[in-house]
Amino acid sequence: MSFLAHSLATLAFFAVVGLTIIGALIAVGARNIFHNVLGLALSLIGVAGLFLYLNSPFVALMEILIYVGAICIAICFAIMLSQPLYLKAPPRSLLKTLGALLGAGAVFAFLALLTRKTTWVAAAERSKDWSVTTIGHYLLTNYVLIFELVSLLLLVAMLGAIVTARDGRSSS
Amino acid sequence: MLIFNQLETYLYLALVLFGIGLYGVLSRRNLIAVLISVELMLNAASINFMAFNRFLAPHPAVGQVITLFIMAVAAAEAAIALSIIMAVYRKLKSISAEQTTELRG
Repeated sequence: MSFLAHSLATLAFFAVVGLTIIGALIAVGARNIFHNVLGLALSLIGVAGLFLYLNSPFVALMEILIYVGAICIAICFAIMLSQPLYLKAPPRSLLKTLGALLGAGAVFAFLALLTRKTTWVAAAERSKDWSVTTIGHYLLTNYVLIFELVSLLLLVAMLGAIVTARDGRSSS
Repeated sequence: MLIFNQLETYLYLALVLFGIGLYGVLSRRNLIAVLISVELMLNAASINFMAFNRFLAPHPAVGQVITLFIMAVAAAEAAIALSIIMAVYRKLKSISAEQTTELRG
């Protein structure tokens, strides 16, 4: 019974990982910008699944709500308001692609080496309290500065976005 | 030892996601595509935080709070970036990173 549950969980984990990686590849590789956004949404749903595996259903829901529900939709609006999709994109130059591959590969190799060489030490005493109540408590006591800062940041970003995007259509 | 109960699995996964995102930032010319790649990199960082939170941290609320902070900052960043892209498109009629060279001396 336990073995069956474990293999099912492992299978679902691989599905989630595949979703994340394939979505990311579509988000970067596809030529059509709209396919890029859909790939991003797919990848973010996969990341939400990973958060479920990391014991945090609350953050997983927030990931879907904020990233898939808000940011991807906002990007869709920006795509529809900007360059028409039927315009052909200029072909990619091979040299620049190789350069980007080289740069990203170098950083990737460095970080992989770093991850492999480091021995991770867990904290001596670890709390077992994973409830959402505790997160809310922390947000309004120890991390209330972060909470307030985020509110202020979102307000300023909203005002800034309105002021920046309004420019050029005030003539009506 | 199950594969989804190991810290390294998540670290390497985040690493792959970060690498893909970095490649996108470096290679794409459409400004919206660059923004999408940046979102991927931010998500890789979030996965790292959540993994350390799950396996190493003394209290499990801390990593989740930081991940929420990253999400809020990403939302603000996306709003600002998209409005800048709209302004650039109105001015230059293009959102290619190679056309936006007005600041070149």
